[in-house]
Amino acid sequence: MKKNLLILLTVVMVISLFTGVVGAQENLTIQGSSTVLPIAQKAAEVYMENNDVSISVRGGGSGNGIAALIDGTTDIADASRFIKQEEVDNAVANGHFPVPHRVAMDGIAVVVHPDNPIDKLTLMEIKQIYTGQIENWSELGGTNQEVVVISRDSSSGTFEVFNEIAVEGERVTPGALLQASNGAVKDTVANTEGAIGYVGLGYLDESIKATKVNGVYPTNSTVASGKFPIARPLFMFTDGWPEGLVADYINFVLSAEGQKIVEEQGYVPLH
Amino acid sequence: MDWKTKEKIIKYILLIFAMSSIMFLIGIVIVLFREGLPIFYKIGIIDFLFGQEWYPTYDPASFGILPLISASVLVTLGAMIFAVPIGLSTSVFISYIMPKSIKNFIKPIIELLAGIPSVIYGLFGMKILGPFLKDIFGLPTGLTALTASIMLGIMALPTIISLSEDAITSVPKKFRDASLALGGTRWETISKVILPTASSGIVTSIMLGMGRAIGETMTVLMVAGGASAMPEGILKPVRTMTATIAAEMGETPVGSNHYQALFGIAIVLFIITLSFNIIADLTRKRFYKKVSGK
Repeated sequence: MKKNLLILLTVVMVISLFTGVVGAQENLTIQGSSTVLPIAQKAAEVYMENNDVSISVRGGGSGNGIAALIDGTTDIADASRFIKQEEVDNAVANGHFPVPHRVAMDGIAVVVHPDNPIDKLTLMEIKQIYTGQIENWSELGGTNQEVVVISRDSSSGTFEVFNEIAVEGERVTPGALLQASNGAVKDTVANTEGAIGYVGLGYLDESIKATKVNGVYPTNSTVASGKFPIARPLFMFTDGWPEGLVADYINFVLSAEGQKIVEEQGYVPLH
Repeated sequence: MDWKTKEKIIKYILLIFAMSSIMFLIGIVIVLFREGLPIFYKIGIIDFLFGQEWYPTYDPASFGILPLISASVLVTLGAMIFAVPIGLSTSVFISYIMPKSIKNFIKPIIELLAGIPSVIYGLFGMKILGPFLKDIFGLPTGLTALTASIMLGIMALPTIISLSEDAITSVPKKFRDASLALGGTRWETISKVILPTASSGIVTSIMLGMGRAIGETMTVLMVAGGASAMPEGILKPVRTMTATIAAEMGETPVGSNHYQALFGIAIVLFIITLSFNIIADLTRKRFYKKVSGK
């Protein structure tokens, strides 16, 4: 009896294995920036619910994603930066033609404790705070209180943008507190009167106060229009003008439903 | 199949399982050194270990881990200053003063402390202890080396109490009887006879507690603040070796200098904890020799 059961089980397994191979679904692979990853992942999940396809999404960074596109091992490369000339040359030499698709905007708000009277900063002031030249809020006309600088771990995408745009690539003061996520930064700023930090736009709420930067308040529309300075576009690169499943997926990300996902994941939709 | 072959098969299966943890250890060591050693050549051992700047993602990058090592040492020593007096008095109290019936009830409860996940200690440190210390000392932030030290001290307590209580209890009864018979008071007996006899066992417990504290990751990541500057004091935010690895490894490109440097930190950490364990083991052996009177 037991033996029969075992044979039956084996047969079932073998059959299911074969049908899996025979009825092979269409495959789509996406690789690249961990900043774009949540969008690509969530969009893939929703897309797969409605279509019988298999989409695999991997992170690994913009550079790795574009390298995979150049090698032809991925259909879509996620990138939080534009492609470099060198990469385009390599791709063309390999017979691939990267096409950029802007899928979302990534804006980073500078935040302080709600009790802090400071409500606007210039990029220069932010830079001076993060490089350790300004150490007390009174230097900016605020209360006599030590500035507690809060930064992200230096391998995160949020750090990368902030450091490039606001700190202009200079070294963040080693006295800065490190927090490993947007949520942790928000929490620390909310509990520390003298704190300054930065988070993705999706993390703003009443527990922290976003400051104006160069006179512009961070909102979805100021980020999308490019008025708010600490922002960057996020891309998906395809090999040639997209067709078939690739085109369908990109269109889904750009559709109203896809852009809703973008917003839910804490990024700024394009429209 | 006769029973002899069966026995043999079972024997080999058990052997394989028994060897597996050794294989895991060897595997981990190989991976650690293969991924991490190149950074020592690239940066130079001295510059890596004694460099004071940790800027791994800049161009040019700096891979000096002295601030991280110092932070780990500072936080661990702080934890021991907090945990050793409490742990020792607790274990003396449990083994000599407390009635046995209560002891059998209290000791498991203390050991339960060891079973609390470190993220819960982290939450407690972040939400309760941190703000408390911030108010008391008037600090700009409550996430400091002191906060981490106290939390790690609490976490190391069960190890220290449990093992040193075992050491104190296993001091032969005749030592105590002899001391009391010679007219020694209870305190003299404890401080001049029992504790010195149990000292190497106690050192073992402290070394293992230190090993726990220096290797702890989640709690320090949450409560130590994470500033990569050279520690300037116990009331400043610091970043330990473990917190750096945990915070940065996730998004570091595989094979990059930064990646290798994180493995390099792991090698340093591994060597430190390994030496703690070896010292603990040696003192433990000495202790049992002493107690057994050989």
